Amino acid sequence: MLVQGIKSRPEYKGLEIDPHAKRHLFVLEGEGAKALTDQVEAKGKDFLARSEILYLAGGAAPKAYDAVMAALSPDIFWQAPTLQPMLFRLRACLEQARMGTRIYVAGTEGFIGQIMQVVLEYGVDFNSIHTEHRGSTARRVQCVHCKGITDDVTTSPFACTHCGLSLLVRDHYSRRLGAFQGVNIDAEEPGTAPQPEEMFP
Amino acid sequence: MTITFKSETFRDDFTFRNSLYNIRRFPFPFDRDDYMYSVNMEPHVRGKADSVFENLVDVDEHYVAEMQDRAKVLKEDPLRCQALPHMMAAQWDVLELLMEHQAQDYPAHFTLTKDGDRWRWINRPMGIDDTFTFGDPSTLPYPPMEYITRQAQGDFCIVDQRDNNLWMDAGMVTTQADWSLDFDIGMNFMEWHGPVPLAHQIGIFDRALKFLLNLQQGKPTRRLNWTMTVNPRLDTSPENYHKWGPDRLTVTPENVGQKMHLRVELQSLWRLPRSNAILFVIRCYLISLEELVTVPKWARRLPRVLQSLPPEIIDYKGLTRNRPLMIDWLSKYDDGSPTSAGIHPD
Repeated sequence: MLVQGIKSRPEYKGLEIDPHAKRHLFVLEGEGAKALTDQVEAKGKDFLARSEILYLAGGAAPKAYDAVMAALSPDIFWQAPTLQPMLFRLRACLEQARMGTRIYVAGTEGFIGQIMQVVLEYGVDFNSIHTEHRGSTARRVQCVHCKGITDDVTTSPFACTHCGLSLLVRDHYSRRLGAFQGVNIDAEEPGTAPQPEEMFP
Repeated sequence: MTITFKSETFRDDFTFRNSLYNIRRFPFPFDRDDYMYSVNMEPHVRGKADSVFENLVDVDEHYVAEMQDRAKVLKEDPLRCQALPHMMAAQWDVLELLMEHQAQDYPAHFTLTKDGDRWRWINRPMGIDDTFTFGDPSTLPYPPMEYITRQAQGDFCIVDQRDNNLWMDAGMVTTQADWSLDFDIGMNFMEWHGPVPLAHQIGIFDRALKFLLNLQQGKPTRRLNWTMTVNPRLDTSPENYHKWGPDRLTVTPENVGQKMHLRVELQSLWRLPRSNAILFVIRCYLISLEELVTVPKWARRLPRVLQSLPPEIIDYKGLTRNRPLMIDWLSKYDDGSPTSAGIHPD
């Protein structure tokens, strides 16, 4: 589970198929595939004929969720090799999306954050998007000093991949940036940073 | 009233000092000998003459130097001033409010004349004389909020109101106590206060939000907040923490009186007429311990307050390292006599 009680962090309330939606758009990453297959088990397959699934396997590739989802025969199943083409395809989908489309996002927190950024650009109400956290609790962190973003941070402190400062990962999340805040941990006495500790496996 | 503006710095050689007059008008934030978070809001109305409450938008002897420091910060990091696109009406509201108050209360220094939408603004201390069309951003050298907040002391946040919440959607923030506008912009009231300890649990933010959602135009409100800073540095941003953090190791029993500064924020909140947004002004005042102990009541009270702090607040305000030094140094000014109620000098 993610750490509870971080006021600025979004709540990921879980996917729940909206029976009134005319169209379902799933944007999934890694273990996020399971959030969809769990819904199929709970709700049946009817909604799949009106569904488009965009999937980025990432670290979960060996588990072959792509084959499982393709076998469900949704209206569209499309797989991205990396995040960048995923975002490109998502923009194309949102350009063409119509009233009655429901958006579902599942995967790691960093993935959800970056998808939400794109979706919000298109004027979709934040509260209307279904999200579910699945997979690693690794954090996407912005260095408050150089503003560089480091993905998949599992330890605190960690070295900023851009400016090299040793950063403490604060429990403070910006939805606009899709990232937690990283602040130099040994600013007062450079060189005294504690050893990195695995905090977000 | 004519103010003599000082030439001084808030960085490098730190030549900032308060005059005797300015020490006496300092907004000492402790009305008793201990401290805990509270919703300590009161109407922002005119107070005692020769106090910072005399005018609702206070201009003091540090005005010009503070504006020069702000300009330097913005050259290094333009992200300290940002506004989301839907905030333009609120930006004009802010420009109007600050110009009107400064011109009304400091006519020797500022003049605003209006001919319909054609406005002329004269700022004598900064050598500015601009004529522009109210409502037309292309007639000003900066967007309206940036233009006027480069000419007004304090940090400024414009908070939008919708969905029964407040949203940090614009700001000019260059004198902040360790929070980042660039990170927090777009957040709601609970989100941007997320890192503050204790206060969430005791319901402070729920009550404060409820209160502010009902804030009325023409009835601004205020509160004081405080922390301590090593050196009279205005820009204690998280962005530059790796630059000012090492200052905390330079404090010794010999220099603590000059180096440690009580940093007080006079926070005022104003409902804006066109946009229905709220202007949140965070005006920072600095005073060294040496200056502060020239007022006997404050000299007795401050060490008592520092003794009383719970550990979470000591940590959050960054006092862990230097609090014992400060208490030791201050205690020689505390003869144990009782102190009078309220914040003003006896």
